Amino acid sequence: MPECTFGRAIDLAIEHAMARDATIVLIGEDVPMLRAPLVARFGTGRVLAAPISEAAFLGAAAGAAMGGLRPVVELYMVDFIGVGLDAVLNHMAKLDTFSGGGWRCPVLIRAPSGGGYGDGGQHGQSLWGMLAAIPGLTVVVPSTPADAYGLTATALGHDGPVVLFESKLLSAEWLEFLGRGARDSVTFDVPPAGARGAVEPGATVPLGQAAVRRQGGDLTIAAVAVGVHRALEAADRLAAKGIECEVIDLRSLRPLDRRTVVESVRRTSRLLVADEDYVAYGLAGELAAVALEAGLTPRYARVCLEDTLPYARHLEAAALPNVERIIAAALRLTD
Amino acid sequence: MHPDLYRQMLRARAYEVAVADLWRRGLISGEMHLGTGEEAVAAGVVTHLRDGDGLALAHRCSPPLVVRGVPLVRMLRELLGKPDGLGHGRAGHMHLFSREHLAGSSGVVGASLPMGAGLALAASRLRPRRIAVAFTGDGALNQGMALETLNLAVAWNLPLLVVCIDNRWAIATRSADVSGGEPGERAAAFGWQTARVDGRDVLAVHAAAQTLIGRLRKGRKPAFLLATCPRLDGHFLGDPMLRMARQPLTDGRELLGEVAGAATRKGGDLLRRVGGVLRMTRLLVQARAGAERDGRGDPLQQARDAMARDPEVRDRIEHEVHDEIASALEAALIDTPGGVDA
Ligand SMILES: Cc1ncc(C[n+]2csc(CCOP(=O)(O)OP(=O)(O)O)c2C)c(N)n1
Repeated sequence: MPECTFGRAIDLAIEHAMARDATIVLIGEDVPMLRAPLVARFGTGRVLAAPISEAAFLGAAAGAAMGGLRPVVELYMVDFIGVGLDAVLNHMAKLDTFSGGGWRCPVLIRAPSGGGYGDGGQHGQSLWGMLAAIPGLTVVVPSTPADAYGLTATALGHDGPVVLFESKLLSAEWLEFLGRGARDSVTFDVPPAGARGAVEPGATVPLGQAAVRRQGGDLTIAAVAVGVHRALEAADRLAAKGIECEVIDLRSLRPLDRRTVVESVRRTSRLLVADEDYVAYGLAGELAAVALEAGLTPRYARVCLEDTLPYARHLEAAALPNVERIIAAALRLTD
Repeated sequence: MHPDLYRQMLRARAYEVAVADLWRRGLISGEMHLGTGEEAVAAGVVTHLRDGDGLALAHRCSPPLVVRGVPLVRMLRELLGKPDGLGHGRAGHMHLFSREHLAGSSGVVGASLPMGAGLALAASRLRPRRIAVAFTGDGALNQGMALETLNLAVAWNLPLLVVCIDNRWAIATRSADVSGGEPGERAAAFGWQTARVDGRDVLAVHAAAQTLIGRLRKGRKPAFLLATCPRLDGHFLGDPMLRMARQPLTDGRELLGEVAGAATRKGGDLLRRVGGVLRMTRLLVQARAGAERDGRGDPLQQARDAMARDPEVRDRIEHEVHDEIASALEAALIDTPGGVDA
């Protein structure tokens, strides 16, 4: 199995799918340069440079999908989905219902997300909670190159709209482009297992299936993306204190693997959510509801983003769900 | 040449040069977009603003803020992420705000136009003869909210000047490759009064802005100024395209290798593939040509040449600006290990 970076894993899955399926077109700002190898392989008819017109090209992607294409739309960052949200919220997500079922909208939105490199509160949001709230959308959030490949491959065979989150901190290419800029004078707290790993060409990862990354009986930690790696590091350190954590990588938020969460919480009676997205009205609250609806009343805590993501690197590091915050919350739950 | 215009241009440039150095030292994070090449536009327009006028900016916001008189130390402290920065270190370089100057910026491309329209609306209700100016890039004029503002501002007859800085690029895309029509023609079609200037020529910009702003203060319809400019330092500091364009054999090797690999795999229509690769090569050549500081294309050099008739004044301004920036930098770095000299 070849090793590759997180971002490259997504590129590869898209390239493999494009080679198989001639209806796939790639749309996005700067894609002729950012995805130059795809231009060289598939030509300008299938790799379309977009003007800075998110409302129009997301809307056009919905229409193109209605007409038989399978667009992959790249956003520069998920923060900018605000500009074109209508196409996602009111069109892609509703077509199936409004058409009486059967007319599906197969669009893949590739959305770089998250902070950790000091780009400020308009360029470091996660927003998967907001998007996963929308019926009709599929939302996937990989944390490893293997899952990035597998979920992208699955999404490109799925017949509805999918938002694929690409954590910029895991994606060496984005981090270089947006954060490092060929400098040696800056460093980033990149989880190695998320940034680089083995990828199996052709492999898929099913939607709605979480992965248990570590087993333990004292406390369930649920997370996605970078949060998974922070949780695993926290779990290592907590084990030294005699606390055994079960770490669940949810991988897909809609559909959500409620069963894996419920089964784990039933055993541990404690649920901690480590989420880089906003704390309120999102994933963390949703998982509490999942437990309650299953008749469980675990001790519960959430380590999330409480405020607008600060620009200053040290403030940003403190605001993100870091290892120290996760450990502190875990100790409170297990005291 | 009006000496103050030269001074303002020089301040804007010297500020950015200092910022580039801080960025290289790793003291500034994220995407740092310099406004080098835009100094004549900033100076030519912003020197017409008065107290109570609003200023809406995009991600390349430093030159207008410097010219507007926003305290340099507080700007620099924000870039360094310090608690006494403009946004208490929580905002960053794409999000510089100064309420005192009614100035705001945004990293969401296109957002400066509606923000400017709103500031203009507030001015028209609350502050007679006051206006708002929105700076925007050429790429941003493809954004829905920007195009909608072209209509809105006319419908409400807002005292808004949109200054479109046309550097022909939006990151790695030539605007012409993804745009229909000219920005100025678009605005004219909506009923704006429009003007077009060479954005390297500070006197031309100053005169055009004077006419348009003068009319706006008398209640005439919104105004659109298109100013062409070079982009001297790429899209942002560390711009890989610029590095690739300058050193294809070292900085471009990886991408070129990937492209060559992909080109030999089974794929789409051959003509479109070749066309795509040629287009990429053309972009690299253009990126390199646009960023050459050959003197002729640099607005600051042009202004300096124009000051040659008055070398004493020029030297004095250069000294004063040098001192101003040096002391701002020293104050901003007061608690940074190594300070100015590291
Ligand atoms: C809504 C939105 N889409 C995309 C981006 C990414 N982006 C940042 S700057 C930029 C190019 C802007 O081009 P232009 O308006 O011409 O300004 P310039 O950078 O050339 O000054 C893009 C696409 C963004 N910040 N916001």
